[in-house]
Amino acid sequence: MSETRVNKRSMSIKDYAIRYGFVALLIGLVVYFGIAAEGFSSPHSAVFIFQSVAITGILALGVTATLVVGGFDLSIGAVATSALMLSAYMMVVLEQNAFVAVAACLLMGAIVGLINGFLIVQMRVPDLLATLGMMFLLIGAQRIPTEGRSIATGMSLPDGSTAQGGFSPEFLALGRHRFDFFIENLIPVSVVILIVIAISIWFFLEYTRYGRVMYAIGSNERAASLAGVPVKKYRIIAYMISGVLASVGGILLAARLGRGDIASGNNLLLDSVAAALIGFAVLGAAKPNAFGTAVGALFVGILLQGLTMMNAPYYTQDFVKGGVLVIALMFTFALSNRR
Amino acid sequence: MLGTPIKIRGLEKRFAANRVLCGVDLDIPAGKVTVLMGANGAGKSTLVKIICGLYSADAGEVLLNDQPFSPNSPSAALQAGIVTVHQNINDGVVPDLDVASNLMLDWLANPKSAPLLNPTKIRKAAEEIAAKLDLNFDMNSMVSDLALADRQLVAIARAMAHSPNLMILDEPTSSLSATEAERLFRLVDKLRASGVAILYISHRMSDIRHVADRIVSMRDGTIVGKYETSPLDYEGAVNDMLGHTMTDVDIMVRTPDDVVLELQELQLKPDSKPINLTAHRNEVIAITGLVGVGKTQLTEVLFGQFTPAAGNLHLKGKTYLPKSARDAINHGVFLCAKDRGTNGVVQDFDINRNITLPFLSSLSTLGFVNRSAEYRITNEAIKKLGIVCQSANDDIGTLSGGNQQKVMVSRWLSHPCDVLILDEPFQGVDIAARRDIGAKVRETAKDRATIVLMAELDEALEIADRILVMAEFTIVGDHKNENVDLDLILEQVSGATTPQNLQKQKEGAAQ
Repeated sequence: MSETRVNKRSMSIKDYAIRYGFVALLIGLVVYFGIAAEGFSSPHSAVFIFQSVAITGILALGVTATLVVGGFDLSIGAVATSALMLSAYMMVVLEQNAFVAVAACLLMGAIVGLINGFLIVQMRVPDLLATLGMMFLLIGAQRIPTEGRSIATGMSLPDGSTAQGGFSPEFLALGRHRFDFFIENLIPVSVVILIVIAISIWFFLEYTRYGRVMYAIGSNERAASLAGVPVKKYRIIAYMISGVLASVGGILLAARLGRGDIASGNNLLLDSVAAALIGFAVLGAAKPNAFGTAVGALFVGILLQGLTMMNAPYYTQDFVKGGVLVIALMFTFALSNRR
Repeated sequence: MLGTPIKIRGLEKRFAANRVLCGVDLDIPAGKVTVLMGANGAGKSTLVKIICGLYSADAGEVLLNDQPFSPNSPSAALQAGIVTVHQNINDGVVPDLDVASNLMLDWLANPKSAPLLNPTKIRKAAEEIAAKLDLNFDMNSMVSDLALADRQLVAIARAMAHSPNLMILDEPTSSLSATEAERLFRLVDKLRASGVAILYISHRMSDIRHVADRIVSMRDGTIVGKYETSPLDYEGAVNDMLGHTMTDVDIMVRTPDDVVLELQELQLKPDSKPINLTAHRNEVIAITGLVGVGKTQLTEVLFGQFTPAAGNLHLKGKTYLPKSARDAINHGVFLCAKDRGTNGVVQDFDINRNITLPFLSSLSTLGFVNRSAEYRITNEAIKKLGIVCQSANDDIGTLSGGNQQKVMVSRWLSHPCDVLILDEPFQGVDIAARRDIGAKVRETAKDRATIVLMAELDEALEIADRILVMAEFTIVGDHKNENVDLDLILEQVSGATTPQNLQKQKEGAAQ
């Protein structure tokens, strides 16, 4: 029971640091790379950054939904790669069209989210363990139909025949088409999808009662339940959002690669979790939020692109990402919780 | 060892622009219980937090045995013999360890202790600690299996192993039943006799009458009254703390309207006696009784959290059997739950969001929350109950306990309902806030049936038209709140504790 009252009008330097520190860092980074790295400040470079963060950003927005209800989803990376393999399998082996492939992937994501939610809410398995188990399950399951091989047109199947189907042009367009925006062929489809999803999730969390209720569950589940909130339903829905968004990420990845590559998407989980956690620090929110997550993904993208253009070796990238994440978490928890 | 181990001189503390302590001078003598009284927000908690090392003072000093003392952490204060038992009982124990380990926790945490555990030795040492206070625990039972009162006794026993100079008890009885509180008081008596200086913080007059040797009143960050001569002037202390005289509440018992809620032959447990109860519109019913006599279960039945063993409920003439909180709310039955920290307040939310949480569906179109409508409701609630805040957007955590409770009550008053249940609405709330809440509940009671549950009879007398007494999971008394026979009520309240039952309780506590 705190009897201290905080006067909101007189913000100290520390308050400003908490609130705007990360945004200032982001702007500083852009200015620095703009001066130091040649070609960084061009529309094409900006679009490239957006494209590189699109898939992790979409996954991160899904994790954000589970973080809001006080949960966590470790299976998103595996859901994304499963969607990648499933879409390839649908088109290449089963010779279905793009629409069926996309629908199957989204359905798969929703079902995985439902099972995660069921395990956590009904079976009372702790969220980290349930989704970790699901992760292993999916990583294994996606390899069984092709006996561990990647999927591409003309591959030989377990029954000895050859796969006749191929990626349909409509599907590939999801990964490769670019819209005109002042400059011809500028904005890739994935970036448009990211922006649409980010705005929808932000709107959902901030302006609808569903989002409000999800935050209430994350802060005090019992109080929310006694205020009449169907807590279990909301928690399951959060995992389903996470699953569906992860499969969207997987579809976009498949469309970009044009084959069911078994080894791709290894970094998806860690990158998107990092983006969502960095989002805690943006504007001193100290809680999961869609805007912060999007900024977090962008931050990581800008940093990596800048470093690449300044010829930093590839193997330093994970180290830099880890450093940024740790500093962001420090910002969030050490500074803002000491009120 | 008598004397004055703690002397506080000119202590000041401010948070941002807010002066919380403005020059506190206080002596705490050994072998006496000093009761510190003060309204919510008077600065009691801040004072305690400075003494026990959680905050540092801006000016002034604390003298421990005439040496300047400024602990920079709770463990430094503990080393110096300042022991604090916090209001939140579970802060003082580790629930997943057994009693012996809890009593020996400080030894376990000490880096100088032996690395290997000798269970027999630990048990023996723990038994010695418990024996000093005549406590009889099963050392192997998990603390999570103990009742709240026993957990608290474990925490105190562990603290006593340090042979403290000063023991601070912060609202120690707020979650205890009367019999459990009795055990605590016996322990306090023992500590006093052994020469410990005790600082006791409480809002409960019955506690204060029971334990106080001297009373110190605090208001707006300064000490405004000291009472040391027997008989203590309790009224004077309360008036000092409030800054004005508190008149007694005069209840004008109102005539009840039509029946809203009817309980017929309701059995909370298969072997408990049935409850029959009718609640009318324009009537405030107080249900009083000890902790653990079924008050909570009764609210849970009414709010769809618990299915009764037998019996019927009727709401406005129709059968009523809520399956969930949502269901109950949709039927027009609201519950302001006890223990606001765990059951009511959403810490991450501001005042506005806390108030409107249960009513979001009626406040939104197609899922989008109508913000102007919700702020209208919140601002009205803030004005009506006099919630002290800067704006509706203040984080709820920045409010004092009494104001947080006002937010919780005004949440459920913000929409009309048929039955309003308030479970322990005055928990951890000072007398001024209590009167505000009570008056507002009565003022708005015209169109609904109101049921208030509380352990304290004084509180029931202040709010109810009718007082029901619960014991052993059933209702044992029904009194109109006019010229009440207090002795009869008290007899009914303690009716469950016939010698035979008392024995059973003791066995239960020792397990």
